[in-house]
Amino acid sequence: MSDAKTIAQRFQERFAEAIPYNRALGLSIERIEPDRVFARLPWQENLVGHPELRILHGGAISAAMDAICGASVFVALKQPMRIATLDLRIDYLRPAEPDADVFCEATCYRVTEKVAFTRGLAHQGDPNDAVAAVAGTFMLFRGQGGDLGQKLREAKS
Amino acid sequence: MTLVEAIAEARRTAELAPVVKRIPYMEWMGIEMRVEDGSVRGLMKQSDMLIGNYVHRALHGGTLGALLESTAVFELLYTAEAENLPRIVNITIEYLRSGKDADTHARAFVEKLGRNVANVRAIAWQGDESKPVAAAHCHFLV
Repeated sequence: MSDAKTIAQRFQERFAEAIPYNRALGLSIERIEPDRVFARLPWQENLVGHPELRILHGGAISAAMDAICGASVFVALKQPMRIATLDLRIDYLRPAEPDADVFCEATCYRVTEKVAFTRGLAHQGDPNDAVAAVAGTFMLFRGQGGDLGQKLREAKS
Repeated sequence: MTLVEAIAEARRTAELAPVVKRIPYMEWMGIEMRVEDGSVRGLMKQSDMLIGNYVHRALHGGTLGALLESTAVFELLYTAEAENLPRIVNITIEYLRSGKDADTHARAFVEKLGRNVANVRAIAWQGDESKPVAAAHCHFLV
């Protein structure tokens, strides 16, 4: 068993940096707990959706939360397998402040035979004043190794 | 020209590109909008940056949400005569098929335009419109 820091670092390599769009977003895995993933979406001008107010585009937040909710499923699974997002619902609670990073956290709170249920938050320092609240469900393909799941599983053990 | 003026001009000329160009995220993503048969058609051009699975060269699911939301916004701008960029309240993205490393198209339908809120549905497809890769339902403040 490697320590928590090593797991987060391996996730960073396999998940945040090896996946082109996660890398483009600049997503970084900050911390991993047994049932929770913490990540950071750093501010970048490319993610602005409103040119005058310089508010982040909802698409950037939903893409980051999709990735982090998926990561929380990989953390919760006992065996490696392929997963796919079934649906993702995002409530945009307030516009994100410009020039500030967004912190994303997600938990996989239930795993069934075929579906995993997650929820998450995006905030800018205060989880009680979140930018977005998210619920995502994922299909599980048991018996299908899944290259990413396999790699993350190796990283966990 | 302010954003509001650019939006009014885009509606008058049916040329949405000048508004898209002002939105950094859409430019960066390679998302384009044009008017076709009186409604808005979104296009997210193939790009290596958008990949979510490097082995199967599949699109990152998050990029489909971005395309669907953007298409819904522009459908509202163009057909519902929103004056400014409508503010999104929430979105539910449904993933129907695995997105391939290819161009993705999208269309949006305003289901209801109320005095305060618009309810918009959007679908995205690659190649065959009858086989959507993703769909979304969203609410906007108008």
